[in-house]
Amino acid sequence: MVLKYSKVTLSKFMDPQHVGEMPDADGVGEEGNFKCGDVMKIFIKIKEDKIEKIRFQTYGCVAAIASTEMMCSMVEGMSVEEAKKVTPQTISQRLEDVPPIKHHCSILGTYALQKAIEDAQKKENKK
Amino acid sequence: MSKQIIYLDNAATTKLDETVLEAMMPFFKESYGNPSSIHQKGLEAYDAVEQARKHIADSIQASPQEIYFTSGGSEANNFALKGIAFANKEKGKHIITTKIEHKSILDACKWLEQQGFEVTYLDVDEQGFVSPKAVEQAIRKDTILVSVIHGNNEIGTIQNLKAIGVICAKNNVYLHSDACQSYMKTPISVTQQALSAVSLNAHKLHGPKGIGALYIRKGTKIEALIHGGGQEKGMRGGTENVPLIAGFGQAIKSYKKTHNKHMQELRDTLINGVLNTISGVRLNGPQGEQRLVNNINFSFQAIEGEAIGGLLDHKYICSSTGSACSSASLDASYVLKAIGLSHEQANGSLRLSLSKYTTYEDIKKVLKELPPIVTKLRKISPFGTQVDPKTTKTTKE
Repeated sequence: MVLKYSKVTLSKFMDPQHVGEMPDADGVGEEGNFKCGDVMKIFIKIKEDKIEKIRFQTYGCVAAIASTEMMCSMVEGMSVEEAKKVTPQTISQRLEDVPPIKHHCSILGTYALQKAIEDAQKKENKK
Repeated sequence: MSKQIIYLDNAATTKLDETVLEAMMPFFKESYGNPSSIHQKGLEAYDAVEQARKHIADSIQASPQEIYFTSGGSEANNFALKGIAFANKEKGKHIITTKIEHKSILDACKWLEQQGFEVTYLDVDEQGFVSPKAVEQAIRKDTILVSVIHGNNEIGTIQNLKAIGVICAKNNVYLHSDACQSYMKTPISVTQQALSAVSLNAHKLHGPKGIGALYIRKGTKIEALIHGGGQEKGMRGGTENVPLIAGFGQAIKSYKKTHNKHMQELRDTLINGVLNTISGVRLNGPQGEQRLVNNINFSFQAIEGEAIGGLLDHKYICSSTGSACSSASLDASYVLKAIGLSHEQANGSLRLSLSKYTTYEDIKKVLKELPPIVTKLRKISPFGTQVDPKTTKTTKE
């Protein structure tokens, strides 16, 4: 099977800028897909309703790492409401020509982000 | 100037040998005859085909009359399985094979099951060996064929065909082996291994793609797969691919045993180098003499194979993986699962396969580039810290 990745995808994969854990995260979300084996973990810090800082850890393929990195670079600095609206399609588009078999990687990323936001909001409500 | 590639995916295909290209060229150019024609142009082509046939026959201690050219290993496998099944169906409809065969065997078996045949897929142990005893126990009165891959393409396991051959001969059952990966890399003797049929191909041995052969022991009952034209004594229709056959013959003629010794040394240097410098790694398949001389297959904890391959490719090192992410079906390698690997272990696999062109410098480069790649991906992975920590030592120059 040929997996042709765009230059954008490859550069996000080779040089991700948002890798890491965040012990003091406001929200953490994890999503996994056993079929492909990808697992993504998103950490966010929220300040004045904005995603001030976002970090990720991904177990997965080229597309999985590139998708989460692309999502993080898009979402950092967005308001929480804007971040909730980021779709897998937008991520795939920004990556330019993700092979169709890899689209699920972008879907996983957005699920993990949603979970992180929900986690942050739950913790906020408890305060 | 393009950067020098370190090509370590020779189990997928190999670089064409220069002498092979030279041997093929005349048959693309001035010697373009059809071997079935009765004039001198035809005879020239006929002689080339027969010369190649002899080289191939000699290499497995067969006679030239027992070699039938095909379009490759997959066709040879289909020819063997379907041809023997249909020719012997009055005697029985049971076939025995293993769970680690090439897809062309497994899918041919699945198709035969749809045609009313019954197939037993034998388990293998954690190193990929099928037990001759298990073959014996699986044989029934209606068994007509056993097909066991000689050298496995993913994990390098070389089966004990001699022992399996004895059992099949004793029970009057045909034995076929897919030897596409093992051919020339380890001895094949159709007499000593009591083989009824053997699949061979050229492009794993610096020959061209698109050509293979099926050895069929004289007296074996087998139907043709491709009818028409009468070529190959009526057993495989279609004008012979003379240039590719000439290339195939030359590839076999020019292959030396010293290549195997060379590859084995490099293989073991690479295996030991990785095991000594990277933590959380497992070698898949056996070590030593029972492993194909050019095959290396590792599983790395906490990281995924396609990503490893991607970073290696960035460093001009070509490799392969058994991970789910790299397959069209999103299924991890069935061979790795058959030897008992978990989904994660199969997903973290990396296969490197050498050739006679691989150098010690290539191996040194892999040993230099692989540890930091593994470290980088483990930093990205949420499971990276769960790997047993060990200081990565640099290899000695």
